[in-house]
Amino acid sequence: MNAPISEDDLHAYADGQLDASRLTQVEAWLAAHPERQAQVAEWRAQSAGLHRAFDRVLDEPVPARLIPAANSPHWLDARKLAAVAWLMLGTVTGFVLRGQTDGEQASTRIAQSLPRQAAVAHAVFVPEVRHPVEVGADQEAHLVGWLSKRLGSELKPPKLDDAGYHLVGGRLLPGDKGEVAQFMYENSTHNRLTLYVRPDAGNNKDTAFRHARENDVDVFYWIDERFGYALSGNTGREDMLRLATLVYGQYSR
Amino acid sequence: MSSRDAIVAEIPRLRRYARALTGRSDSADDLVQDTLERALDKWRFWQRERDLRPWLFSIMHNLHVDGHRRNGHDGHNGRVEFCDDEDLPVPVQRAEQADALELRDLERALSLLPLDQREVLLLVGLEELSYAEVARALGVPQGTVMSRLSRARNRLKAILAGESTPHLKVVSS
Repeated sequence: MNAPISEDDLHAYADGQLDASRLTQVEAWLAAHPERQAQVAEWRAQSAGLHRAFDRVLDEPVPARLIPAANSPHWLDARKLAAVAWLMLGTVTGFVLRGQTDGEQASTRIAQSLPRQAAVAHAVFVPEVRHPVEVGADQEAHLVGWLSKRLGSELKPPKLDDAGYHLVGGRLLPGDKGEVAQFMYENSTHNRLTLYVRPDAGNNKDTAFRHARENDVDVFYWIDERFGYALSGNTGREDMLRLATLVYGQYSR
Repeated sequence: MSSRDAIVAEIPRLRRYARALTGRSDSADDLVQDTLERALDKWRFWQRERDLRPWLFSIMHNLHVDGHRRNGHDGHNGRVEFCDDEDLPVPVQRAEQADALELRDLERALSLLPLDQREVLLLVGLEELSYAEVARALGVPQGTVMSRLSRARNRLKAILAGESTPHLKVVSS
């Protein structure tokens, strides 16, 4: 293909936007047309002049008023906004349902809120690249001491290395009635699991192992005499069941 | 890199473009601030696959054209040139005298280009966007980008060569 050289080709040549094969053709053509060569040189000189005039702006300190605060709600990214909207929907639904169940099944309601809260916390922090956790697995002793103290009872992250998941770390989150903990795990393909642990389950009867699916996240959850636990992930129900069984086994020993 | 970091990293380039586009540092930073606020409002609708930079330039383009119209400049058609004395850009202080004069000439010449040509010239020559990205940022076909680029380059050359340029007062509509 040797299409005639057009003015557009000359601009693209001046701007470095030609692909390799066209570049060769245009160079050959320009060699035979010195007057157009001068024109291309002129265009390039214009661009160089623009850089000389304005590149200094790049080196200026950015005025503080232009840098939005890191904690501005504007900066929540789309996934977090979706998770927040989803949590609000759940709150409204829960409020409507409360009229029907109040006084009857308070403990069941608490159990029902567990998978939703866990799934929301999962959706918020799993996409985080820079700050997925507050305390990393390299400080596991500190992590255990810190979370145990804040939740009022010893809490160790379960070991899931045999299942291919290593501990990334953990964080503390606000819950309905105090603080809750979240541990995060990751496998070699960067798939992440979170274990949400809530301390307000003490006055409830133990519950059996349950499954919920919240917005494409599988959650397996249960309550023992100290904590409510919820393991969230999206590797499929069977795989999550296997992982949750591992976690359950380590806490019920 | 978080979404916030990604946008913050673009601020210096947005400021450079806005400075060249408006010729004034205070109104340039106002334009950048408006652009960032608009970007944050629209953030949730932004398609992640699309490149951030052309998207931010498109927001700035829309805001600038709106502001230009509000101020009575017929910028979009680019038929009226304006050259009020107070619109002349300030000379660069740190550059050498000769360079300062050259830059002042260039900034003045830019201010004489119709807005639609100035935008294309700066997005291609200064910001080094691809023609397709420029088309997307300005919401025009790529063929329009190419014809504006051609006219802008010829016009800039003519202005810098000292060919007579009409000095029209801005007539507010």
